[in-house]
Amino acid sequence: MVETAPARPFSEPLPRRRPASAHRVWAIRAPIPRAYRIALMVASVAVPLIAWFAVSDSGSVPPQFLPSPEAVWQAGLDMARAGTLATDTWASVQRILIGFGLAIVVSVPLGIVMGGFAAGQALFEPVVGLLRYLPASAFIPLLTIWLGIGEPSKVMLLFIGTVFFNTLMTADVVRRVPRAQIDVSYTLGARRGEVLRKVVVPHALPGMIDCVRVNAAAAWNFVVVAELINSEEGLGYRIARSQRFLASDRIFAILVVIAVIGLAIDVLLRLLRDRVGRWV
Amino acid sequence: MLTLDAVSQRFGAFTALSDVTLEVPEGQFVCLVGASGSGKSTLLSLIAGLARPTSGAVALHGAPVTGPGPDRGLVFQSGAVYPFRTVERNVAFGLELLPISRAERARRVDWYLAETGLTALRRHLPKQLSGGQRQRVAIARALACEPSVLLLDEPFGALDVQTKEDMQLFLRRVWRDTGTTIVMVTHDVEEAVFLGQRVVVLACNPGRVAADLTVPLPDDRPLTVKRLPEFLSMRAQVEDQVRAYHESAA
Repeated sequence: MVETAPARPFSEPLPRRRPASAHRVWAIRAPIPRAYRIALMVASVAVPLIAWFAVSDSGSVPPQFLPSPEAVWQAGLDMARAGTLATDTWASVQRILIGFGLAIVVSVPLGIVMGGFAAGQALFEPVVGLLRYLPASAFIPLLTIWLGIGEPSKVMLLFIGTVFFNTLMTADVVRRVPRAQIDVSYTLGARRGEVLRKVVVPHALPGMIDCVRVNAAAAWNFVVVAELINSEEGLGYRIARSQRFLASDRIFAILVVIAVIGLAIDVLLRLLRDRVGRWV
Repeated sequence: MLTLDAVSQRFGAFTALSDVTLEVPEGQFVCLVGASGSGKSTLLSLIAGLARPTSGAVALHGAPVTGPGPDRGLVFQSGAVYPFRTVERNVAFGLELLPISRAERARRVDWYLAETGLTALRRHLPKQLSGGQRQRVAIARALACEPSVLLLDEPFGALDVQTKEDMQLFLRRVWRDTGTTIVMVTHDVEEAVFLGQRVVVLACNPGRVAADLTVPLPDDRPLTVKRLPEFLSMRAQVEDQVRAYHESAA
């Protein structure tokens, strides 16, 4: 039964606040006019760029600290003509393909086991969750002792830096596959392996590609760190070498290249995710 | 024949179902109604084999149910259609697991798509469908496995009233065309009386059979049946039962 409360012991009406003013552009989670959006996006890149031009033109900062955009462009052009830019870039990309590729090969199945089975989670989560907190760069001295200063130690650094995160993130994505989808598959006659292969993996695939996308950025960071330490080629190596000659214009040019390649990887993986996840 | 023999289900100290005995003959359409907490859904998952009863036994054609299988198709309220598969590939799911030829599979998928009115939507993804269409996919997918029993867990609970009535007519037709035994859980008494040949009322806390009623309506039921005095009195009778057992628990 619904009880009735006693008569209201208050009679004054509640005060009303005056209506809030409308927000056209900065309304929370609301779309904005196309023209605004484009203008803001252009400003996002143009304002720092213009500031850079202005500061270096004013001469208030010595060019060893802040090279002019023209000098950076020229330095980049010189490296491209000399061919070092291509070989350095390829050296770095190759390390990513091997180190991060290895991390994907290990972390995706491990993540599926962790996310798909309570036993897998109990078995792997404590150790993976712990290892994730060890900074990969702290492994550099150890990796040098174990593997020497050659390629294997750099590839391993990339691997260590990305494998644990990608495992945990993949497990999270797998855990988000709705229980009902799994239950209903069993009632349609699917066995455990079929449920994994035909339901869990396809459902989690776009999310797994997103994990790879996020961790590709980390891999790109680690390759530069690895090359700063000890190497004969690679974008990180070129930065370290340029520092010795106070060639900050080159350092800037390489940073731009790193940013552009990173962005390209991100866009490519995003396209792949959207293609695979057309159903989302 | 689907039989539940003194089935009880306890979760720790909580008793969800207590001593439920039920027999559903081949081809019958049974609706289970009851307030929330009466263990309707638990009962359905026990029949589906997704859970095992604490005591008692569930059997289909005399063979004990030990796990989920395609002889007992299940449809949830949310449908649980595979969002990454098109309509036709959803319907084909169970058939893909069986050793039948591609042509045979296609023939069967075509029939179930036609039966459920989904032929024109066969290449659509679930996100492009309405709620009612999605439920039809889920029902077609379960039926394609030719289950002995089709289990429906509040399948139309999330639909608007008009779509719901369309789906009720649709389900009656599918039942007539396929002769499948249907056990449907709903909290909508009108729906239960309109659809079922038999309505089983479950009481709450613990869940148990409170009443087992035969619906005195012909098998040919247009929507206008809902205005007949027999329908209205049956509906009132079931409502009283549900309410009585809801109040005694509250």
